[in-house]
Amino acid sequence: MLNCVFRSQGADVAAANTRCRVRRRVFSTAALTASGTAGAAFNFNFPEPVTPIARETLHIHNEFMLIITILFVVVFAIMIYSMIKHRKSVGHQPAKFTGPTGKMQWFWALVPFGILLFIDFVLMGIPAVNAIITMEDTQTRADMVLKVTGMQWKWQYEYPGTDVKFISTMATPRDQIANAEAKGEHYLLEVDKPVVLPVGKKVRILLTSTDVIHTWWVPQFGVKRDAIPGFLRETWVLIEKPGIYRGQCAELCGKDHGFMPVVVHAVPEPEYLAWLEQKKAEAKAAAGGADRAWSRDELMAAGKDVYDKQCVACHQANGQGLPPAFPALAGSKIVTGPLLGADGRIIKDSHVDRVVNGKAGTAMQAFRNSLSDVELAAVITYERNSFGNKVGDMIQPAQIKALR
Amino acid sequence: MSIATTHPVEHAADHHPSGLLRWLTTTNHKDIGTMYMIFSLIMFFVGGLMILAVRAELFQPGLQLMKPEFFNQLIGVHALVMIFAALMPAATGFANWMIPLMIGAPDMALPRLNNWGFWLLPPAAILLTLPFTLALLGIGDGAIATGWTFYAPLSVQGGMGVDFAILAVHILGISSIMGSINIIVTIFNMRAPGMTMMKLPLFAWGWLITAFLLIATLPVLAGAVTMLLTDRHFGTHFFDAAGGGDPILFQHLFWFFGHPEVYILLLPVWGLMPHVLSTFCRKPTYGYKAQVYSFVAIGLLSVVVWAHHFFTAGMPVPALIYFMFSTMAISLPLAVLFFCWIATMWKGSMTFETPMLFAVGFIVLFGIAGLTGLILADVAADAQYHHSYFVVAHFHYALFAGGIMGVMTGVYYWLPKWTGHMYSEKLGKLHFWLTVVSFNLTFIPQFFLGLAGMPRRIPDYALQFAEFNAISTVGAFILGLSQLIFAWNIWTCVRGGPKVDSRVWEGAEGLEWELASPPPHHSWETQPVIK
Repeated sequence: MLNCVFRSQGADVAAANTRCRVRRRVFSTAALTASGTAGAAFNFNFPEPVTPIARETLHIHNEFMLIITILFVVVFAIMIYSMIKHRKSVGHQPAKFTGPTGKMQWFWALVPFGILLFIDFVLMGIPAVNAIITMEDTQTRADMVLKVTGMQWKWQYEYPGTDVKFISTMATPRDQIANAEAKGEHYLLEVDKPVVLPVGKKVRILLTSTDVIHTWWVPQFGVKRDAIPGFLRETWVLIEKPGIYRGQCAELCGKDHGFMPVVVHAVPEPEYLAWLEQKKAEAKAAAGGADRAWSRDELMAAGKDVYDKQCVACHQANGQGLPPAFPALAGSKIVTGPLLGADGRIIKDSHVDRVVNGKAGTAMQAFRNSLSDVELAAVITYERNSFGNKVGDMIQPAQIKALR
Repeated sequence: MSIATTHPVEHAADHHPSGLLRWLTTTNHKDIGTMYMIFSLIMFFVGGLMILAVRAELFQPGLQLMKPEFFNQLIGVHALVMIFAALMPAATGFANWMIPLMIGAPDMALPRLNNWGFWLLPPAAILLTLPFTLALLGIGDGAIATGWTFYAPLSVQGGMGVDFAILAVHILGISSIMGSINIIVTIFNMRAPGMTMMKLPLFAWGWLITAFLLIATLPVLAGAVTMLLTDRHFGTHFFDAAGGGDPILFQHLFWFFGHPEVYILLLPVWGLMPHVLSTFCRKPTYGYKAQVYSFVAIGLLSVVVWAHHFFTAGMPVPALIYFMFSTMAISLPLAVLFFCWIATMWKGSMTFETPMLFAVGFIVLFGIAGLTGLILADVAADAQYHHSYFVVAHFHYALFAGGIMGVMTGVYYWLPKWTGHMYSEKLGKLHFWLTVVSFNLTFIPQFFLGLAGMPRRIPDYALQFAEFNAISTVGAFILGLSQLIFAWNIWTCVRGGPKVDSRVWEGAEGLEWELASPPPHHSWETQPVIK
């Protein structure tokens, strides 16, 4: 065990990893203090790691658990021995000492201190420093970049250098949450559009947010990093095994914090490239859509789709909202007000202004960057003509494009 | 001392108003101490009821009882109530009652400040919880829903509950600072002749460090929440990147207070432990000086480690390494305390009355908090633990097993001194065993939930977390109900029970045990002399 730890201090951590793997497996089983037979429903340790960082983290965790379990057992064994032997009921007479007397006692008082110093700064400290350096090295030999933007309460993924950009929202039906229908296998951990990443590639992940602080977390990747509005943070993953990996937002971000899953599809590179090509084509087609004239029915249908994904959490399916934090759209003065100014520009605090630019200091976010021209036009048209609102007008995607 | 000769002790109690006015106007350290303890006990149940509602919601997957908005309000106000209105007042109540008795002083140095400090608490508690009631009447959208940490920009976005909480924190902070000033002045100026600083009881030492920490860090919290208030209402951009601010600045300011706060809650308890252990082991405290130096060391270290609360926010590698190692360094003075506690027990002549049971329970369970804290300090592993239930379990071992069980130790230890009656030992032991078993039943599953990947502060969870959550909820309800035994035991002890003599416990040593039980209304009118 000690061998293993010291070897990982070496420069080539990866090589040490391989050498120690066999021992480590024995080790981690021993460290599962509660049970070696983890059932499906009772996980007593981290989920299976699929990145180098997650493996390193699990290893460190197991090692530390073993160390603190030993400390706990030794220290409290001494205490319990004393509690059994040195009690009044067995006639033990109290000693009178108030501190170490003589060299031997000083020695025994300082030994635990020395052991702890060694554990803190050598046994635990050195592997920890190595892991930190690996963890924070996001740039060396990075193969690609993924940009993640947290927003209440969904994730936007962008593949810089391509036009591929999409929002991923939770796919679990609200009826399952309200216990009105049976819960599916991946209850709360399923999304409409998972992010797709190639296996075996080092992916540098840049994170930011449009509103409040979110945290992007996939337990099997061993990384967790905050998405902070106005700042970029970064981390990296190198997924070693194809599969579907699920996680959640980990920083309290408002009412639907619990309903903001992360789902990553890790696929072999050719499959990833094919997916990317398909997404690029979709993006191109969507961009083209802004140039043609849309009928009202088309906009209403597309608008409902957008509303049900982006708006429904706060403004509710019936448009009544959850006042006072989330105002009603039904009968709202803003929604039923004039569409655009006489000069064709956005009127301040109008419906279009709110949807496009959001409202600072509230949960109403700016959809300027997260929705396309078509989606913005559609959802604005939909809101003006639904929930009993009968403004009757519509806005064309081309108009939105011109306003940008 | 001339007063002592003209007003005999047994008549002194006659000179205060009676009824409600007595409690409103009292400047007597024992009356004020009693009020602090009662207030703390009431708020302990208020905060407990909130979290039982939360645990009931988490019993099964799906939303059964409440909306997520209300869930978020309950978790945040639970924490604020437990920390600021239950644990801190309990510690201040102990200080008021015991420090003058222990150091041979007639009262606290600043009795009117003392009264004011207490009477600020009820309005603050009302401010914290009033938004719940207002929301029922259709005003506003309820209490603060950001968790107790007030993180911007979520708190900038929040409803008026945030403003209520900001003002409540201001008032609680003023109250704590006044209490701290009073304790420092009392300890420095009113010790009995011959009681040098290195003869000061350890409880007073623990509180002295706490008082300095409060004065050092509460103004930073007050500043942070004031900046938040101006961001919310007066157009400043301290925490808004769009205006040149930084949301992470808030986290730095908050945790500069927040981390020492942990030790503010724990130091009075660490101070109390040696007294209890020495009493029930019938053996003098081991390593008095070592414990004093450890208190000082922990106090100093506690203000330089704050950023370990947000490793995941991202910071430069040297900062990560510094905050990791400085945090780990706290384990050294803490280990000294554990060593001294166990060495005090070693070769003693132990009996296990309720206070001793709680003290031993405290040492073991707080040991788990310390050891899990050590691994949480590791930045790499913290990436997995952070924001997960692992952290929830860890800090409940620190603050329930460390803080609240420590307070219970003190209550059982000193209650006979305060009331002159012995509590029911049978109920006390029952309370102890139910508390310890149900506490572990509640929080051990949460360690595993965190490892399996369940984030904290979510009102609903994926199906793989269902079993542990159900167990945790069952534990929480037993834990909550067990506390009724505690309240009943205190109530019956105040009302009557077997009379105790001044020493109460066979092995008790110290000035406080020289006075009658209950002590006279004005204690130590003639100062004792320490040789």
